[in-house]
Amino acid sequence: MKLYFQRAIKDIRDNVFLTGVTVTTIALSILIAAAFALFFTNTQNVINVWQQDIRMMVYLNPDLSQAARLDTKFRLEAIAGVREAVYISKTHAMKQLKSQMQHHSALLDSLKKNPLPDAFEVSLNVSARNSSDLQSVAESIESLNTVNEVEYGRQWIQRFNGLINLFSLAGYAIGGLFFLATVFIIANTIRLMLYSRRDEIEIMRLVGATDRFIKIPFYLGGMLQGATGTLIGLGVLFFGFLSITAHFQQSVNSNLLELSFFSPTVCLAIFTGGILVGWLGCLVSLTQFMKE
Amino acid sequence: MTESLSNDAIIRMFHVQKRYGVKCALQDISLDIYKNDYLFITGPSGAGKTTLLRLLYLGETGSQGQIVVDGMNLSRMNKKRIPRLRRKFGIIFQDYKLIPAKTVYENVALVLEASGCKQRLVLKKANSVLRAVGMADRMRALPASLSGGEQQRVAVARAMVGDPKIILADEPTGSLDEASSSVIINFLDSLHSRGTTVIIATHDKQLLRKSNARVIQLREGRIWKTHINPDG
Repeated sequence: MKLYFQRAIKDIRDNVFLTGVTVTTIALSILIAAAFALFFTNTQNVINVWQQDIRMMVYLNPDLSQAARLDTKFRLEAIAGVREAVYISKTHAMKQLKSQMQHHSALLDSLKKNPLPDAFEVSLNVSARNSSDLQSVAESIESLNTVNEVEYGRQWIQRFNGLINLFSLAGYAIGGLFFLATVFIIANTIRLMLYSRRDEIEIMRLVGATDRFIKIPFYLGGMLQGATGTLIGLGVLFFGFLSITAHFQQSVNSNLLELSFFSPTVCLAIFTGGILVGWLGCLVSLTQFMKE
Repeated sequence: MTESLSNDAIIRMFHVQKRYGVKCALQDISLDIYKNDYLFITGPSGAGKTTLLRLLYLGETGSQGQIVVDGMNLSRMNKKRIPRLRRKFGIIFQDYKLIPAKTVYENVALVLEASGCKQRLVLKKANSVLRAVGMADRMRALPASLSGGEQQRVAVARAMVGDPKIILADEPTGSLDEASSSVIINFLDSLHSRGTTVIIATHDKQLLRKSNARVIQLREGRIWKTHINPDG
């Protein structure tokens, strides 16, 4: 294996230009695909933070007795997906409204009767925070005969989830396209290298070299190029990320947007992916070339 | 031919034919080549000398007939076994076929590395062969910096380094001066004296005079005459 490595390194040194083109291609592809993935991951994190604040307001029918309210609370908390139901009386709701409308509270003072209904503020379990679960929880709540109306911004959440799904689909599609494009470009770069060394390969065959003996250094070279390109791509992305977050978090509320780079496990997976891309590029071109 | 002679044959060709489209390069070639034979294949240009050699190491595949090399039937051979067949030969090509990007040493060592020899043995054998052909002091040189005679000596070193059973030489003295030619002939003679079968395609008349050698003359793709040179 040492001999194969030595031959792979020598091949790389003898073909600096083509190797440089391949490594740059891999680095750029990894940079673009990983930047997209990083953006997607951080957006997902922000969405998760926002989703933690999703609550339902359950407005009750007017003039319910205390026993009926208590019964409603138990029924609400028995619904799958509901974590807690906190009662907000219409008096308390009016107080909150007044404190939120400090400068215009006089308008509320002129009301003869409190128009706000008694309500429950329902918080949900993490598992019930997607669009379809929210809808089924809302439907269960609406079926209670003490409940007048449920409000949770259904349309907004549905649109938002649709956008996220579209976003993740686009992420996978772009990632897949970049993967294929990189394999294709590497395969062609290696094919160029193979054509430039066609006579050498022919002579090696004539003196009794097996296809394995000829191919292994190319595979090792492809994997080394994949590893180098990935390290460069990830390195550039990391330093780019550091400089962007330094500027970004100064101007935006850092509690709301806590940006993070890939975990070491994800970095390792990308690195392995880069090596795989290099190997796959070699496989494609070598399989075709050796048949000729 | 006696039974004992045919048992001694290292190469057997039965009614071999090679066609390139409508043109027949070789026709009905039946030939036994024996262990430690010194065989010349001669004839005018286009007679089929190089084609015959190429058929032996599967540089080409025959159109008809059968070839058996050291027990391996080439017409039925799996592609994966071709490297094993080629390691039975040491081939000296007319145009040397040295790898331009590799040094003299690397060109010679390649044969041993390809057959899976350990690096220590590769170093030892390649050095010893390069010393034998007088190229030890040029082992770091690239082929482009060598003269024709030197390149041919490297080609001979590469052909002999793997201790092959058969040496195939295609016009080994074709583009060399008299002094370089005699050096190459001496190497081939010394290989033969060590028991190697030597097959040379040539029309070098001086070379063809070698005593005790068998000479096969080809004409228009057929064996026209066969004779054994008298004992010198």
